[in-house]
Amino acid sequence: MDRDTLHKFLYDMLLARAFEERAAQEYSNGNIAGFLHLYPGEEAVAVGVIHAAEPSDYLVTTYREHVHALVRGIPPRQVMAELFGRRDGICKGMGGSMHLFDRERRFMGGYAIVGETFPVATGIGYSVALRDLPEAVICFFGDGAVNQGTFHEALNMAALWKLPVLFVCENNHYQIGTEIHRHSAVVDVHKRACAYNIPAEKLDGMDVINVYEATRHALTQIRAGNGPQLLEFETYRFRGHSMADAGNYRPRAEVNSQSGRDPVDTVIHEAEIGYPTQAEIAAAGPDLVDQLVCHVAAADHFNEQHIDSVRREIDKVVEDAVQFALASPPPDMQDARDSLYCNRKHETLLEGSQHD
Amino acid sequence: MTETLMLWQALNRALDIEMASDESVFTLGEDVGLYGGSYRVTEGLYAKYGEWRVRDTPISEGGFTGLGVGAALTGMRPVVEIMTINFALLALDAIINMAAKIPFMSGGQFPMPLVIRMPGGVAKQLAAQHSQRLEHTLMNVPGLRIVVPATPQDAWWQLRQAIASDEPVIVLEHELLYFEKGEVDLTTVPPPMHQAIVRRAGTDLTIVSYSRMANLALSAAQQLADQNIQAEVIDLRSLSPIDWETCAASLRKTHRLLVVEEDCRFAGTGAEIIAGLTERCFFELDAVPVRVAGLDMPTPFNAELEAASIPRVEDIVAAASQLAGTTPRPG
Ligand SMILES: Cc1ncc(C[n+]2csc(CCOP(=O)(O)OP(=O)(O)O)c2C)c(N)n1
Ligand SMILES: [Mg+2]
Repeated sequence: MDRDTLHKFLYDMLLARAFEERAAQEYSNGNIAGFLHLYPGEEAVAVGVIHAAEPSDYLVTTYREHVHALVRGIPPRQVMAELFGRRDGICKGMGGSMHLFDRERRFMGGYAIVGETFPVATGIGYSVALRDLPEAVICFFGDGAVNQGTFHEALNMAALWKLPVLFVCENNHYQIGTEIHRHSAVVDVHKRACAYNIPAEKLDGMDVINVYEATRHALTQIRAGNGPQLLEFETYRFRGHSMADAGNYRPRAEVNSQSGRDPVDTVIHEAEIGYPTQAEIAAAGPDLVDQLVCHVAAADHFNEQHIDSVRREIDKVVEDAVQFALASPPPDMQDARDSLYCNRKHETLLEGSQHD
Repeated sequence: MTETLMLWQALNRALDIEMASDESVFTLGEDVGLYGGSYRVTEGLYAKYGEWRVRDTPISEGGFTGLGVGAALTGMRPVVEIMTINFALLALDAIINMAAKIPFMSGGQFPMPLVIRMPGGVAKQLAAQHSQRLEHTLMNVPGLRIVVPATPQDAWWQLRQAIASDEPVIVLEHELLYFEKGEVDLTTVPPPMHQAIVRRAGTDLTIVSYSRMANLALSAAQQLADQNIQAEVIDLRSLSPIDWETCAASLRKTHRLLVVEEDCRFAGTGAEIIAGLTERCFFELDAVPVRVAGLDMPTPFNAELEAASIPRVEDIVAAASQLAGTTPRPG
């Protein structure tokens, strides 16, 4: 892993965590209301997958999508302002936390009805394939979403017509309060893909490098015209389902055992791999010395000081996003009407036929 | 025997008593069991009745609502909980093509003792996909009954009546009413499930409403009384069928009709109420009937716009005082 890439992972993972924790705080402060689904614990999936994609690839996500939006490059200011329901939010305050869209960055939406991402992604894939473009579509979904009919319908069509869709399962083992073995007859999500002849794999979703590499590999297959792929990433959400859920149904022992697998700690650990000591080089033996040297030369290293400075930078970015959101005005009714009738620009209705 | 209960508790008690007295009653839905229900309605029932009668389902609304239909065909009395009406859109085939049609298509052979409970309505910044009302969508389906309890008392009565009914009944609850308190008489014989209720008597105009908006209409009527306008407030309680006679009797007294609905105005519930009452009471009316309704737009996320997109007490007061002030048509 090269230094730049590793640095980007580190930055995005730390930003993701800090942004979400701040959103939780702003929810408690009364600046954010409604359903707020946070991502701590699952960062490695969005960061690894989206970094493996090209900017020209399309993303389709669920309601737990703030981090996906940030990693895709939507400025934290515009994401935070949307969470606050303000006019300078990425959707002008019309969509809110669960419905982030950014056409320019091919961020095709946060969908809050479970199971909607499958057909939408499949449709985008169809339009890409029809025009023979080199692009791919990444479709995120939770473990609970695979029991919706749309999962099966969309996978079948994607496979049948060899559409360029990467289905990415964020398996955090829960559908709100219902654990996976109580909602699914087959708990290995990737196994379901074989019903449609879609190549699929289950992977550790707590290690961002692992996620990144698996995704790159899958996307290469997809771009070669081999049709859809499915990746199941095992992960865990450290918080409740949303701010309205304390998550009391999960045994404390389970939550504690998972916090040892914190993906942010893991990336810091990976980033902290320094130059080997002389003793380590010696102990590695002659063959491995070369390998180690190569690895270190390629990976470089970050020390604690560097990581602290990244954290400080991110604190400033998040604070700035909050101040920006607070300063942004609310949208007005004309903004709402403009959004509703955004596609009616070239037509003037007959007098008196307008609703209201 | 009267108790003060929150609306969710009234539903919980109703479900409990029906499950205790009839083994064919069972409930199913997302997180109704171990978790105790998103709005606590099924709290405690999983421990009491076990997983076969309180079934946690996958996120498969079309599938488990259809399962309810199948079970009802064999004489069971399923109470399907759909987490919110927004997700019922995935179950419309089961509701409209199956539950509402099978008794008819079979020439009357099959009962359909299916209850589908779900909340609808605008809550607090849940955005466009989670703030729908959609009652008019289901009102247009022959073969379904729809009740809309606005008080804990009606929740207690109407859920029990819905479970006892052999017709498919939609119990349309409101997200913001679950934690409203009210007196519940647990022993009196209830009125018919579809009977409307005059929640406040008045002489100057009739406000017809239902669900949460009926409560708002009542608050508005209190404010109108300060302006010397006496509004009669009718809570429909049932949207299919509608108790026209209670409304018509009121209009014969007040001669003015105001309908308040939370749903969008265009092709909505209010349109049906006004058409139905105009047909029945045309010559009683002294003024053009008026609707106070939600705006014809998906619900905006922003709090102020959201609030402005549905009727508020002040909107009802303004429309009512204007309507009360209109001069009667000559002759
Ligand atoms: C069709 C539909 N049914 C129910 C819900 C309510 N709901 C929101 S999220 C959720 C659980 C989804 O679990 P999963 O797919 O595993 O995603 P996670 O939240 O764990 O990321 C449910 C039941 C919904 N939004 N849409
Ligand atoms: Mg999950």
